[in-house]
Amino acid sequence: MSIGPLKLISALLLLGAIPGVAAEIPLAERKSGYEFMGRETRSMQDDDTANPGMLWVLDGATAWNRKTGTENKSCADCHGDAASSMKGVAARYPAFNEARGRPVNLEQQINICRTDRQKAPALAFESKELLALSAHVTRQSRDMPIAPPNDERIKPFVEAGRATFFRRQGQLNFSCSQCHDDNWNGRLAGAPITQAHPVGYPIYRLEWQNLGSLQRRLRNCMTGMRTEPYDFGSSDIVDLELYLKWRARDMKVEAPAVRP
Amino acid sequence: MARALINVPPKAKKGDIIPIKALIQHDMETGYRHDFVGKQIPRDIISLFTCKYNGQEIMRADLFPAVAANPFMSFFTVATESGKLEFTWSGDNGFEVTETAKITVE
Repeated sequence: MSIGPLKLISALLLLGAIPGVAAEIPLAERKSGYEFMGRETRSMQDDDTANPGMLWVLDGATAWNRKTGTENKSCADCHGDAASSMKGVAARYPAFNEARGRPVNLEQQINICRTDRQKAPALAFESKELLALSAHVTRQSRDMPIAPPNDERIKPFVEAGRATFFRRQGQLNFSCSQCHDDNWNGRLAGAPITQAHPVGYPIYRLEWQNLGSLQRRLRNCMTGMRTEPYDFGSSDIVDLELYLKWRARDMKVEAPAVRP
Repeated sequence: MARALINVPPKAKKGDIIPIKALIQHDMETGYRHDFVGKQIPRDIISLFTCKYNGQEIMRADLFPAVAANPFMSFFTVATESGKLEFTWSGDNGFEVTETAKITVE
């Protein structure tokens, strides 16, 4: 479902009616998207046998142990049991990558492992196997606080992401901040706007009937703003992802979350 | 093979009403969609779900293209005796998955 003209008009009215203050949400007032959901959707997320995201986690566990590439290695051959070796890893991504000289997100890191260590072709963004692996790895950090690395080298990229978050763009001349900092208590048509904390990705989104990454969700928002979405894995979108993780620091990882 | 998640209480008292939940991974492609070059994407859905309790059918559901992907079934039964619950999903392209769960009734 895309955002129709009616929704956009109501968004314009909403944003026009409330003077913009463009300030970050105080840390104590942050809320996960979970708190905006109805009872049924919450219970779907809370029960591992009702949460469809768990199907991808199970697929990821299989992929973790599958040997692949010309090196004929599995993820487990280097990293062992994901339950211990991957605990807390997703909570600190995107992280700085020496070779690339910039931060990479979890999906990119999985692909770096594939191409460099396993000598296997990189997986396409939003492919079933890449989502399964990232869901499996992120699941190992559930209930742990989001902890962006305290690394001087990533700071300029956090700032670049922050600049993107506050920059007005697209035909509607919107910034992310106008909705998610200033009007998170409002609604866009019938749906809550929320504070945009990426605590549950990859998420099972009922609208998608599928699991999807944070980047897919960001591109959704950009289409709604009528601006050209950043490419998957581009430096712009990874910086934005990094800023959002920093903005949600110390909030608990919920992955795989369910969202409407 | 498609994955399924089953939730049956492992233990129950005789006569108890017990909740049963079954979730399966399936795209439920409706057959009404077209790809980017206008070609119809063929229908690929689960069309039948059954649950048997020690061989006796206690639940049956017909599924249609309007059912969302990854269908989730939730229903109740009365715990009568210890044994096995057998869940079967079948549909287009020879799709058939069977999962079982054990229950102890005291």
